[in-house]
Amino acid sequence: MSLELLSILDKDGKAHKGTDPNLPAAELQKLYRLMVATRALDDRGLALQRQGRIGFYLQSTGQEASHLGAAYALKDSDWLFPAYRQPGILLLREVPLHMVVSEWFGNSGDTSKGRQMPVHYSFRQANFVSISSPIGTQLTQAAGAGMAARMRGDDTVFMTFCGDGGTSSNDFHTGLNFAAVYKAPVVFVCENNGYAISVPSGKQTASESMAIKAEAYGMPGVRVDGNDILAVYRVCKEAVDRARKGEGPTLVETVTHRMASHSSSDDAARYRDAKDYEAWKKKDPIARFQLYLKHKKLWNEAFEQECVEGAKVAIQAAVTTAEALPNPNVDSLFDDVFMNLTPQLKEQRQELRDLVAKGGVGADVGAFPL
Amino acid sequence: MTATETKTGAATPGTKVMTLLEAITDAMRTEMRNDDRVCVFGEDVGKKGGVFGATMGLQDEFGEKRCFDTPLSECGIIGAGIGMAVYGMRPIAEIQFLDFIYPAFDQIVSEAAKMRYRSGGEYTCPMVIRSPYGGGIRGGHYHSQSSEAYFCHTPGLKVVIPSTPADAKGLLIASIRDEDPVMFLEPKRIYRHGKGEVPTGEHVVPLGKARVAREGSDVTVLCYGSMVPMCEQAADEAMQLGNRSVEVIDLRTLVPLDEQTVLASVKKTGRCVIVYEAPKTCGYGAELAALIAEKCIEYLEGPVVRVAGFDTPFPYTLEPLYMPDVKRVVAGIEKTFVW
Repeated sequence: MSLELLSILDKDGKAHKGTDPNLPAAELQKLYRLMVATRALDDRGLALQRQGRIGFYLQSTGQEASHLGAAYALKDSDWLFPAYRQPGILLLREVPLHMVVSEWFGNSGDTSKGRQMPVHYSFRQANFVSISSPIGTQLTQAAGAGMAARMRGDDTVFMTFCGDGGTSSNDFHTGLNFAAVYKAPVVFVCENNGYAISVPSGKQTASESMAIKAEAYGMPGVRVDGNDILAVYRVCKEAVDRARKGEGPTLVETVTHRMASHSSSDDAARYRDAKDYEAWKKKDPIARFQLYLKHKKLWNEAFEQECVEGAKVAIQAAVTTAEALPNPNVDSLFDDVFMNLTPQLKEQRQELRDLVAKGGVGADVGAFPL
Repeated sequence: MTATETKTGAATPGTKVMTLLEAITDAMRTEMRNDDRVCVFGEDVGKKGGVFGATMGLQDEFGEKRCFDTPLSECGIIGAGIGMAVYGMRPIAEIQFLDFIYPAFDQIVSEAAKMRYRSGGEYTCPMVIRSPYGGGIRGGHYHSQSSEAYFCHTPGLKVVIPSTPADAKGLLIASIRDEDPVMFLEPKRIYRHGKGEVPTGEHVVPLGKARVAREGSDVTVLCYGSMVPMCEQAADEAMQLGNRSVEVIDLRTLVPLDEQTVLASVKKTGRCVIVYEAPKTCGYGAELAALIAEKCIEYLEGPVVRVAGFDTPFPYTLEPLYMPDVKRVVAGIEKTFVW
């Protein structure tokens, strides 16, 4: 058995006639604008880290089509159990940019109150469930949430993401198995970006693909060109529709490439195959979509300028706003462990308050190391 | 015979005489009737009603949607439960034996415990993880361990252990209603140990309040779970043998701990023995001993003594030597007088 890789856009940016989803012009331009903004946001995030203004950053460069195309297939009321390389979804769901950037600074404007490393977002307003660092845990949670929605008779669909490394986690097996057994309305998106930090995807599995694993769980598996936003959208839309109709989960493997290092703490040049990288550069998802729009006369230099400048200005404004915000207050350290503080937490809070009042503690939490 | 046992089996009005195990079922039934967000799942909990029978009759009454069997995966039971809780349900996940919970450790420690904190309160995880724990049933080391300390060491988890039928019901209902994840550990040794009167219908025992199981004036014994009825016997023995008046405190909730009750008792008696069946080193008793040293050392008239399991894996044949028993507790009590 072999799973063919579905593409809609050819290398010249022409769409396959029978499979082009024929999205309206305004929607196509919106998707392009989001891809450009997502990359600009990433560039700015890494730059801020390099300048020592934030502590850490994780880029999604090269994966804009993969996650935006997938999430675009959802309704706003649908939920996401994301991994850490889908920042474009926050822009798609119109989370104010200064809130996104505040998360990087871990300041008082951060929804998670400075409790996590940068890029571990939580945005309830966008049905975007808090991201954790352990790999794969969200897959089983998405299955459970899907089971709950079925119990309650809701038509919510759940989309959850992992990378190629994530397919080796316990929760990949568990999550897919539970979702299939209970016919949970879940779309599992495995973004196969070639590497789990430094380990190439070929070392994660002896299977010929990630999508083929779906067969054993009793669900459809689809392999799609992850740098082709139209193909990703089309495949995910079918999966979302199936889920909503009560037909159960789907595994979608988006074949893409991580064009940056794993994180700001990593240097991919030490292990990356240079030829491979150059080949993937030619398949840049933004460039391919741009060609498509150009053929449709929906792209010109003025539109490009508008997208690039628009993103730049909005991100700069967000950085200016976020950077001016103070740190979370000292007391917030003890909030949200539980709904209410236990006597022990109250006592520890008082101990810290007293130290702060005496001076020397709490005034400066120190700079982020480079 | 414990304080909650009745000789005749006749219950006072508004109560029913039942075992600790029956009280647990009663608590789940009560809350499932009260709140349609409550559902129960795990291995063999459906048609069979659980390997110990804790979910007996729940599938019949509430259907397969609300009481269901899962694939054999602790990680899946807990991970899926977290997803349900985050989405707005009140899941009760049964882990068949606490010894088998480790595949779910990541989901419990990294996910359930941290969901509220890491999301700044945007997402919460109000779920109950029920699991039989502890020795005394000749279960060898994979059906006997007491690993409560791992969970007590994780901020964001509450840890509750009942020792009487009435408390089992009241504490479980409080746990189901709690807005945070609760590890509800059931001392399986005393599941059917003795019967006690349990209020019918609504009955809530708040988390974080210890119970003075027996008043005394010479020495405090701190314990929980199946150690409580054994320590009450030891108290009788110590009175007979050495005329020691022993106060027995049943902690009921390890997190959050009722420090007030613990400290008030130790200050009153000036002596303290801590009894737990987990391995001695870094067990919950170590935390209690440290607390007493920090907050009331000036009241002590003898060393704080721990009577615990040994630092060995849980044995099969020699189990009776491993488990703290009346003799060891009485010896521990005497140690606080002679030093």
